[in-house]
Amino acid sequence: MSTSTTTRRRGVLGTSALRPDGLPKVQGRFAFSSDAWADNMLWGATLRSPHPHARIVSIDTSGALAINGVSAVITADDVPGQLTYGLISNDQPVFARDVVRFAGEPVAAVAADHPETARRALAAITVVYEVLPALTRAEEALDTGTTPIHPDGNVIRRQRIVRGDQSFAGDVVVEGTYDIGMQDQAFLGLEAALALPDDDGSGVELFVATQWLHEDQKQIAACLGLPLDKVRLTLGGVGGAFGGREDISLQVHCCLLALATGRPIKMQYGREESFFGHIHRHPATIWMRHHADRDGTLRRVEARVLMDGGAYASTSSAVLINAVTHVQGPYRCENATVDGYAVRTNNPPCGAMRGFGVVQACFAHESQMDKLAAACGLDPVTIRLKNAMRTGDRLITGQVVESVAPVERCIRETAALPLPPELSEHPDALQLPGGSGRTARRNNVTRGIGWGVSIKNLMYSEGFDDYATARCRLANGVATLQFATAEVGQGFVVLAQQIARSVLGVDTVLLEPISTAIGSAGSTSASRQTWMSGGAVDGACRLVRERLFEQVAREHHIDPLRLTIDGIDVIDSAGDLRVSVEDASRGLVIDETFEHHHRATEELDENGQGNCHVAFAFVAHRAVVDVDTELGLVKVVQIATAQDVGRVLNPLAALGQVEGGIAQGLGLAVMEEIVLVDGKMRNPSFTDYLLPTALDAPEVVVSMIEEPEPQAPLGAKGIGEPPCISVTPAIVAAIRAATGKDLARVPVRPQDIVFG
Amino acid sequence: MSGENAGNEFFRLTVNGIDHDVRDAWVGESLLYVLRERLGLPGTKGACEQGECGSCTVLMDGEAVCACLVMAASAVDSEIVTVEGLSTDGEPTDVQNTFVAAGGVQCGFCTPGLIVAVHHLLDRTPNPTDLEIREAISGNICRCTGYGRIFEAVRLARDARLAGG
Ligand code: FES
Ligand code: FES
Repeated sequence: MSTSTTTRRRGVLGTSALRPDGLPKVQGRFAFSSDAWADNMLWGATLRSPHPHARIVSIDTSGALAINGVSAVITADDVPGQLTYGLISNDQPVFARDVVRFAGEPVAAVAADHPETARRALAAITVVYEVLPALTRAEEALDTGTTPIHPDGNVIRRQRIVRGDQSFAGDVVVEGTYDIGMQDQAFLGLEAALALPDDDGSGVELFVATQWLHEDQKQIAACLGLPLDKVRLTLGGVGGAFGGREDISLQVHCCLLALATGRPIKMQYGREESFFGHIHRHPATIWMRHHADRDGTLRRVEARVLMDGGAYASTSSAVLINAVTHVQGPYRCENATVDGYAVRTNNPPCGAMRGFGVVQACFAHESQMDKLAAACGLDPVTIRLKNAMRTGDRLITGQVVESVAPVERCIRETAALPLPPELSEHPDALQLPGGSGRTARRNNVTRGIGWGVSIKNLMYSEGFDDYATARCRLANGVATLQFATAEVGQGFVVLAQQIARSVLGVDTVLLEPISTAIGSAGSTSASRQTWMSGGAVDGACRLVRERLFEQVAREHHIDPLRLTIDGIDVIDSAGDLRVSVEDASRGLVIDETFEHHHRATEELDENGQGNCHVAFAFVAHRAVVDVDTELGLVKVVQIATAQDVGRVLNPLAALGQVEGGIAQGLGLAVMEEIVLVDGKMRNPSFTDYLLPTALDAPEVVVSMIEEPEPQAPLGAKGIGEPPCISVTPAIVAAIRAATGKDLARVPVRPQDIVFG
Repeated sequence: MSGENAGNEFFRLTVNGIDHDVRDAWVGESLLYVLRERLGLPGTKGACEQGECGSCTVLMDGEAVCACLVMAASAVDSEIVTVEGLSTDGEPTDVQNTFVAAGGVQCGFCTPGLIVAVHHLLDRTPNPTDLEIREAISGNICRCTGYGRIFEAVRLARDARLAGG
């Protein structure tokens, strides 16, 4: 029977439906991958190179094997399949064999009965290294005289963009060189996995925190030398990702140890090892020269982008493409000359992090827009409005922006959001820059306001078909969904339920475990899962609904096209028939699977021309900061933002993405940087790598701009990345406004403000 | 357990009102490790093991402490309460409910530690100001939410308690 109509709209699209994993998480019942446990399991641990570049002369594992409680020690010699892996090219060894290329590179792994035994076993392995000179400066990697540190060479990718008049010189020209530091994803839930070998040793099952189960499966199986179906993955609870779980970390090691010992293996990194075990945001040096008419109309952008990919390629080539194709920002510009390089060094490998190349480009182009505004005698808002991109404009790649492009509206709505009150004459110490250390003095505090606006591509680019699969089963009024979409914290699990409720008129939506038992969902990255996996769940539910309608139509001798869902009922739009979905589906099992593909894209040609991206989203940020100019301390007071989201599917979840992204952008602006000295990390801990705390969080005021995107299955654009992109330059612009300093690098450090 | 690591002694911990015997523990094991790996209480999380992130917050005789910094063997005479023990009947507490309702949970890894820290705050300071809330949870790092919905969750729990809810 149908339930009361008062509850029928609960949990559908557009409502702040509550996530199904919320209660288990607050009660400590939710199983993260680090909580996985099996009878008889052993602990795995990894030995890593202390040198950024060295030849391995010998490895002696006998000392470790002699320790009571140690079951296995493995090295490169024990890898039965492919010796290397990688997301785009297979250039990263499972274990270093002849040479180590970064400090932290895995050399061996052990399995033991206690984490402490494992640690002692690692210490008992003797590796003799011949230390080699380390290539740690990206610029040097470009030098043709530099010896390649890898058989694939030192240049991972070069891409030029050449468009329009190559000799155009503007009336007004501004230029600058900008540096972006190496940021860490710093997800809270450390890397962890549990591998269970099959009884006959022919395969393995892995519970792991990852962003893309099927890509992991492919890379693991190749290294194990096993067919795909012998490596089965289930998502262990994921404690955040932000790009840092796209690459393989401990997956292959854990499976190898399980197969070597025939026992379940648990591996988990500590915080320090996590800094070594996953890739980071690319440090970049970006030179730009902007040409404009006297009235501020942008005419030409010249740029040189140099990204340090570290020792292995990871996704560097795709990150570079994102950076070079976004140098113009969300502004019209017909002439461009861009040269971009991603290079290999002996620094830690870099790859995906929220914003994926666009963060770096945006810091440079927004700094330039402010310079241009000053040179033209305009304010930061006017120059951005004047050049704001619109739907139908052509990018410097020649691609036409077909997406909804409400750039002007993003800027105007942000500007209309209220400013915070002035800092009081007698503020609480916690409100001052520097916080409760009470070091800042009210009289030295100056306020500044700055702007940042950005464009971000959505989904994968350059011809990649990153499709998503979902399955829906309807029986007795209950829908069950299955997908391999990695839930990393973003809330896809609740969105999937909302979609099923809206399309099918059901209340109860069950979720199957997230695993490789169904087709790929693609990666939880590139702001793509709402669009892609959301589209797949929507498609599967619609197929089920069609079959339900056919069934009802047959029974009642009417045309199925007349049927529609109203609340929790199937109704005849041209008659009186009303039957609850529960009744209509009683005794039936309707089971459908759907794959959602986005439209095809193409690779860039040698001049950087081509329709390489699927779609775009836009956002504006206004930052208000208080700066103690004497001590160089910054307090971010408020961030105002208007974001182009297409359509808000879950207001609470959307707000959480916006606030969370802003905090990460704030981190890059004033706090977060992995400091490298001669290729070695100096601060791989939460004591020395500073993350925003509750005292650093600014007030955030938000306006969601809802102009449904016709291309998107649900009208909604991805919202994960844009919040963290232009907030960083907005904060830095605000600090410049407060201090008058140039500040051409992020993060901005106290010494940059005081002595810069 | 390998010979050199094995402790011959056993000790007893009182966790969530129940006495647990801990046998064969290596003497260097932290309270965090023992709770998670020996007592079957994985609700308490570890994300830094250096006292910086607050994921491992538990109550020890009513004080909020980082379980990663406490040697398990030194906690023998204390009443320990973990996220699993904040309510005895399996029903969520007021704070647990407001965290879900306000959207304070994304990946949820920081959540158990925050829930314990917020209980500790509201039990001692029934009417905290916004600044006091920020300060009280500034030892708990959350990488996902940017804290906005967490502040809201704490305010909701505070207001409901003040209203006698
Ligand atoms: S794990 Fe104890 S404070 Fe981070
Ligand atoms: S919800 Fe992920 S760290 Fe807080």
